[in-house]
Amino acid sequence: MTEYTERLLTETPRKDAADRFRIVWLVVIPLIAVLSQVYVPRFIPFLAYLELPLLITVHFALTSGGPIPALFYGMSIGLVQDSLSHQPIGMYGIVKTLVGYFAASVSMRFDVQNPVVTFILAFFFYFFHQFFYWVLSRALLGEALGFDAQQTVIFGLLNAAVALPLFRLLDKLRLAS
Amino acid sequence: MDFFLSRYRHLTVLLIVITAQLLLIAYQVKTNKDIPLIRVWAVTAVTPVETGLELVRRYTWGFVEDYFVLLGVRSQNEKLRSENGQLKIENNYLKSELSTADRARALSVFQARSPSKTVAARVIGNGTGANSKVVFVDRGSTSGVESGMAVVTPDGIVGKVVDAYPTASLVMLITDPTFAAGVVSQKNRVHGTLKGQGHSECLVDYVQNEEHVDIGEWFYTSGDDRIFPKGFPVGQVTAAPNGKSFKEIYVSPSGMPGGVEEVLIVLQGVHQEVPGGEVGSPAYTILPAPTETAAQTPEGAPQPGSLATDADRLRAIYKDVGVEQKHTYGEGPPGSKPPDFTKIPSIHGVPAAGAPGAPPANAAGQSTATNKAQPGQATPATPKPAAPPVAKPKATQPPAVDETDDEPVSATESAPRKPVAPVVVRPRPPANTPPVANPTVSNPAVNQ
Repeated sequence: MTEYTERLLTETPRKDAADRFRIVWLVVIPLIAVLSQVYVPRFIPFLAYLELPLLITVHFALTSGGPIPALFYGMSIGLVQDSLSHQPIGMYGIVKTLVGYFAASVSMRFDVQNPVVTFILAFFFYFFHQFFYWVLSRALLGEALGFDAQQTVIFGLLNAAVALPLFRLLDKLRLAS
Repeated sequence: MDFFLSRYRHLTVLLIVITAQLLLIAYQVKTNKDIPLIRVWAVTAVTPVETGLELVRRYTWGFVEDYFVLLGVRSQNEKLRSENGQLKIENNYLKSELSTADRARALSVFQARSPSKTVAARVIGNGTGANSKVVFVDRGSTSGVESGMAVVTPDGIVGKVVDAYPTASLVMLITDPTFAAGVVSQKNRVHGTLKGQGHSECLVDYVQNEEHVDIGEWFYTSGDDRIFPKGFPVGQVTAAPNGKSFKEIYVSPSGMPGGVEEVLIVLQGVHQEVPGGEVGSPAYTILPAPTETAAQTPEGAPQPGSLATDADRLRAIYKDVGVEQKHTYGEGPPGSKPPDFTKIPSIHGVPAAGAPGAPPANAAGQSTATNKAQPGQATPATPKPAAPPVAKPKATQPPAVDETDDEPVSATESAPRKPVAPVVVRPRPPANTPPVANPTVSNPAVNQ
């Protein structure tokens, strides 16, 4: 057995596991997040304000290590959300693209494993997401929607509180795979 | 250039991606077209999972619910058995059945009775976005659902289909901020436009402040929007204050009290009447349509189909007199004997003075028409076409006419026209009495 074949044999299972995780990470988890946003509020209306797709995007951006994969990831989730709404496709796509890009850029400068930093980043990006979506709705679609800053802050705090255990769970899932 | 791209690679990619999506939005907004490919993919990927989840939830939850219901029935049976009243058991069972009648049954009954062609659908998920109020239902274009179809329940309207996919449809609820529909109030028939507000109540816009809308009044679809058939309930008015230019009428939607589970999609709508309410009465009264029966015609009034005016009737009377006395009007030389006009009856059926059956004259100067009315003297009420003065050879002119009477003007028209002017007797008012515009009003006898 040559050194090359030995390396192939040892590396293949790890590579398969990594591929499996990548598929889970790229497809299944975002799908669950979008599904939960679509399905769960039917029974618990308050959870309509839980932006799981956003939190998944932020987590991916903080751990992906590069802005480009993060922005494409955010764009994909955003476009799926757009497809399930009655708005023109691209509204959530643009917002989540920016969230992915900026979150990935921030992760290069801060210790994103710190819970306090995670909490602040989750809150900030929720607020940014909601505010920028409102701006786009007014600017591009001409919709006269109101922006309730107080409510957005409250729901931002709630989303940030959910982000802490969620990010830990996703980190464990990633390490386990 | 290469240096720029390598140094600002991330930013360049970001700008390209954002620009591409902006162009995508601009295309959709400008052409008002959708990108069906992306939507169909996403919906087809998500809705089957949702349908599966909903099935699992329903059967799981239904099983648990049935278990507890059975437990309740058992305990209830034991309690009722202890009371030893079979009739009471049956009664309670029926009452409980009535109270727990599910919406599906009501829906099917409504579907059978409604003239519109509908298809039942079940809500399987919400749309994304905190502000939008849209839901997915498990019926799509394969079931005949198309965009723009109305979605209702037996209690009222729910929304409209905004997108139809093969296996599912996206329904915009009436609470969505972009929703609008034509409505009309039940009582006062006030037309307006229902608009969603993003919360549980809707606004009826474009109703003038002068219109009257009561609290608690129902609004129904008016059919003006060509989406909702006319006559579907919308909701009750909770507040209707005057606004700046229009009333601010808030309506509590009746179609989805406490959420919506099963709905009907109207495939072919049929307009219905808005259920009768108290229709606001106008400020004027409308008499019933006249009937052409002689019994309802007042005595002396013109009969339908007969001569209509007093002049016509008087003309006929003179004609009859001419026939009876074998006199042809307009013939004979000047000075020949005219018919005896003292024998003619009154046009209102009262014989003239001197005629057979006439009431006896009881006042001097009123017994015959030959008497001249004195100045200031009251004119007799009965018509009195005065006989011409017989003593005079040229008395062939028509009878003297009193303007205070209601016939003589016509009599002069129907009498043979002679060159001699008729003698007109005018009652003169007292010297210090102001002239009266209508002489008949000043004559109490005529007014009777």
